[in-house]
Amino acid sequence: MNREKTFNILCTAVAMLAAILVAFLIIILVSDKPVESILIFLMQPFSSGRYVGNIVETAIPLIFSGLSMAILFQAGLFNLGGEGVFFMAGIVGSIAAIWLKLPIFIFPLVCLAVGAGTGILVMLVPGALRAKFNANEMVTSLMMNNICYGVGCYILNNMMRDTAVSSLVSYKYRSAALLPTIVSGTRVHVGILIALLCAAMVYVFLYKTKWGLQVRATGANAKFAKYSGMNVMKVILLVHVIAGAVAGCGGIVECLGLHKRFEWTALPGYGFDGAMIAMLANNNPLGVIGAAAFVAYLRVGADLVSRFADVPTEMVSILQTLIILLISAEKFLHKYKQRWMEKDIQIKEVQHEGLH
Amino acid sequence: MKGFINLIVSTDFVYSIFRVMTPLLFASMGAVISDVAGAPNIALEGLMLMAAFSGMYFGYLAQSAAVGLLMALLTAVLFAGVLAFFTLYYRTNIILGGIALNSLASGGTVFLLYLVANDKGTSVSLASKTLPNINIPVIENIPILGSIISGHNVLTYVSVLAVAFTYYLLKSTALGAHIKAVGEKKEAAESVGISAVKTQAAALLLSGVMCGFGGAFMSMGYVSWFSRDMLSSRGWIALAAEAMGRQTALGSAAASMLFGVADAVSNAAATQGLPSDLVKTIPYVATLVGLTIFSVRIYRRQKEV
Repeated sequence: MNREKTFNILCTAVAMLAAILVAFLIIILVSDKPVESILIFLMQPFSSGRYVGNIVETAIPLIFSGLSMAILFQAGLFNLGGEGVFFMAGIVGSIAAIWLKLPIFIFPLVCLAVGAGTGILVMLVPGALRAKFNANEMVTSLMMNNICYGVGCYILNNMMRDTAVSSLVSYKYRSAALLPTIVSGTRVHVGILIALLCAAMVYVFLYKTKWGLQVRATGANAKFAKYSGMNVMKVILLVHVIAGAVAGCGGIVECLGLHKRFEWTALPGYGFDGAMIAMLANNNPLGVIGAAAFVAYLRVGADLVSRFADVPTEMVSILQTLIILLISAEKFLHKYKQRWMEKDIQIKEVQHEGLH
Repeated sequence: MKGFINLIVSTDFVYSIFRVMTPLLFASMGAVISDVAGAPNIALEGLMLMAAFSGMYFGYLAQSAAVGLLMALLTAVLFAGVLAFFTLYYRTNIILGGIALNSLASGGTVFLLYLVANDKGTSVSLASKTLPNINIPVIENIPILGSIISGHNVLTYVSVLAVAFTYYLLKSTALGAHIKAVGEKKEAAESVGISAVKTQAAALLLSGVMCGFGGAFMSMGYVSWFSRDMLSSRGWIALAAEAMGRQTALGSAAASMLFGVADAVSNAAATQGLPSDLVKTIPYVATLVGLTIFSVRIYRRQKEV
């Protein structure tokens, strides 16, 4: 492993540590029983199978959105459309889960395919506009988020709403469509396996295929990629298709894994979470799994502190902000980075001289 | 349908457009200034949310709306400064920095709300202050015009001034020229002695001021309390308005007005049983289409060259 990579990992570790230390600080400032609260925050998530299950179930959508963002970031694209994709894929996938009638095993697969297909279609709007006409994908994807939300709410209110229930939810999914729980005593569902599979597939795509190389080359320097004969337009389209499919899958997996009906009444926030996860993972698909697990751990910890002690769970958003700011700060620990890299060069020089 | 038409030509309806437009005008001016400087501030939503909270809380503590407004402005400028510090000094990507601030605002305000009001939803238990409505002397007596233009919250008038300020800033001041130069080509601007960092920092702080006003209006004018995520995407809508207005003060103001109209129409549509969810998406679709046409035109022009 080269020194730059090691340094990046160190930076990530420092940011994670800083997040936990700030959590301590907040707890000390706010809580009446700080020591007890810190222990709950740190240890309680591991204290029982149910809580570990909570971490896993919280990590599932984060893995999907993190993967989706990691692919886009690797190609140098700032598409924030994950929000809308999650929502819309949830809605359209739910339609399938409510009204189709299929045998068990096949049913959830069909719903996932519907969700992924919806995700691809939604993502392709900013994707195609960017690929063909160079329209700013960030603005168009933000527009798509709001359009998806409006259209989704319309469908929910007018077609899917179960008026027998007072809250705004859809009809119940058919039970054959639900993703089964795989660990008894928890809510951990098959979605985790799908998420891990997706991470592996995205990894293979990005690092072991010709297309993956082109994606990374485009992200590193689009002009260079173009002049060296790569079809940048195709790369951008492909990246959006994959990112849309992964995020769409995430949306419907979340619905069918944890809920019996469609329950989102606002955009779920996973799109922006994905950006943070991808950054924590340095845009590496396998790293996304670890990053999602870490953030899920923070969230479950914060949730437990708010339930068993006296610190509101929103503490987590303060920690997340810190993580994003520190990791994305190129010059964070920059002084040390310089020294660290120079040492490497000196070692090489010494070895080089030794050869002569 | 007739009832619907009567509703949207009424003076109340036109009055409500101005009310709905106020935070959009502020935020879209913030978006224009920062974007023209080449440092697009996407944390408008978060900055306004923090300002709204701060205005409510300090207004309550001091029992003075003026103190609330001042603290709202300070809070938004402070966090705009945090964004500027990280993006300009530590080279954090500005989009990611914006996402971070939005996340901080959304959770952080609920966190603080719980600490000060013991409630995670609204601050109605705290008797906070509101900024006054202003009746304009002569105009208020003119029949229709009076009930449309007069009697708005003081910040609604300030928001119109904010548009004029932004227009003037970018058109005829040295800072405005620097902002445009840095946004156009950073290296070129620096080669003639303009500090890109200072200029972008100034632009981000100014966008913070705009967000401070926008947030203060929400919790001290639009309504008289703070509630969680009370901006409900107005910051993002302002970004859309700015994109639609092609980074100009007047264009963005006009686009904000369009969004305001669409919002007011969708509220009116809801009472008439029309699909308000779909009506609400019209401005976004319009922006998307507008942006597409704009991009296609540039693409064609480049192809011809």
